Amino acid sequence: MIKNISNLGDTAIYCDFGSEVNESINANVIDYFNHILKLVEGKQVEGIINLTPSYNKLIISFDLTITNYKKIKNFIEGLIIHKNIKNKNQKIKIPVCCDDEYALDIIRLIKKLNINKDKILELYFNNEYFCYMTGFIAGMPFLGDLNKNIRCDRLETPRVIMPKGSVGITEQFANIYTFESPGGWNIIGNTPKKIFDDKNLDQPTLVNPGDKVSFYQITKEEYLSWNE
Amino acid sequence: MNKTYFEILRSGVNTTIQDKGRNHLYHIGITVSGAIDQRNYALSNRLVENQLNEAVVEFAYQGPLLKLKNGKINFAISGDIFFKIIRKNLEIEDGECYKSYILAEEDQIDIISTKNSMYGYLAVNGGFDLEKTWGSCSINTKANIGPNDGKKYSLNDKIFINKPKIKNIDKKNINYNYSTDSIIRIIKGTNFDYFSKNAIIKFFNEDFLITNLVDRMGIRLKGPKLENIVNTNIKSEGLVRGVIQVPADGNPIIMLSDHGTVGGYPKIGVVIAADLDLIGQLTPGTKINFKEVSLEEAQNIFKAYNEDTNKYLNECN
Repeated sequence: MIKNISNLGDTAIYCDFGSEVNESINANVIDYFNHILKLVEGKQVEGIINLTPSYNKLIISFDLTITNYKKIKNFIEGLIIHKNIKNKNQKIKIPVCCDDEYALDIIRLIKKLNINKDKILELYFNNEYFCYMTGFIAGMPFLGDLNKNIRCDRLETPRVIMPKGSVGITEQFANIYTFESPGGWNIIGNTPKKIFDDKNLDQPTLVNPGDKVSFYQITKEEYLSWNE
Repeated sequence: MNKTYFEILRSGVNTTIQDKGRNHLYHIGITVSGAIDQRNYALSNRLVENQLNEAVVEFAYQGPLLKLKNGKINFAISGDIFFKIIRKNLEIEDGECYKSYILAEEDQIDIISTKNSMYGYLAVNGGFDLEKTWGSCSINTKANIGPNDGKKYSLNDKIFINKPKIKNIDKKNINYNYSTDSIIRIIKGTNFDYFSKNAIIKFFNEDFLITNLVDRMGIRLKGPKLENIVNTNIKSEGLVRGVIQVPADGNPIIMLSDHGTVGGYPKIGVVIAADLDLIGQLTPGTKINFKEVSLEEAQNIFKAYNEDTNKYLNECN
């Protein structure tokens, strides 16, 4: 449950669920998020304009012309959250091409981790990942946890432009760059799959918090002829 | 009858459509966007008798050169802007901000530059003929969301205008004195205690320079290195406008309307809501100072700021 509530400036509230990263703390965050989102959509609470769940925090921003920190804090403290019994989480499979031209940081990883490319990819693909959160750029999933042998720090100098579809790893996490953007993760491949679809207004994100994701390798030919 | 539109004869540096922004989407990574200076955005709409949440053209530094096609409109520009109106017969008028003008077919608006500010707003009576995406017309160029395929405008693009709802608006104006201040008021951030005593003293007592690395996502500052004694990374968590993050290099970054929805750098402070319009307008080369206020003070300052905005809005009759 929430360990501490404080203010983040004068337009947001900061709910701290703990400092560790694990599925159980994240599930607490997501339970709160889903519960509050429903109340916001049902207009049962006023002034809330955004909810941002992450690994172990939930940030709620509000319109200061309508409400304030004290009111939202009281509202949060008064909530009774039921554990999410219905598990509507999906299992998603995502294709990745790891040809050298897409695996931008594989040489760096081989040097840093001191294992060869085949072993890195084997450990990466032979795993199922939990989606803790989405964000930073539209639809970018934050997945975990990587096998301990392929954990590596961010790039010392982030790339100014990370190609769209880049599949990256850093520390215990994996992600996908849904758009071209600056970024500092180690890139091991690229996916042709659409992870964010702004034409699908109701469900633009392919991967959502709580989902389980696995990756499978495709050839360059399959990558280039990918059609959806 | 043919639709009324602006033909873009020069695009300007960063010309987009903005409004109040797009809410309820942080959790899927879509940021708020919206006008950087919400007060000036509202004033521009009021001058042409629009609803205050109507979409307008936002421009930065050098603005666009626009030619009106197929119709007659009222428009107004807010901000601290140098612009001219070039009539069809090539007569040139100096433009004044906070004043509504009539623009006839084939007349042009030449928005030459912002003065001591970053952004200006152009509103037209009746608004622009645009589709909303998730409740907003704001262009988000990072995720390509919004009108014009989510991209900033370029040469020869067209911006369509709704049929004006009011035929003859008398000349309206607001007596608004555009001014800036270099003192930015902040509330302590959630990682305030990650920084050394010395860093905190520097943060509140030394100058911070607004560098050239400024856009709608954020402002990178340069100042005394702020020493972090706990950890230069945190587990990624939500951000809001005004958050001041300090990466490992010790130079603060202030989040603006197009900020990433989550971030992994410690938050030393958050700019108060009443100073967000101001901070977004400060130009590279400006030196700023941070001043701490309490949450309660911030709320009172915001209330006064809001009342002040309403006073200007009501003045326009």
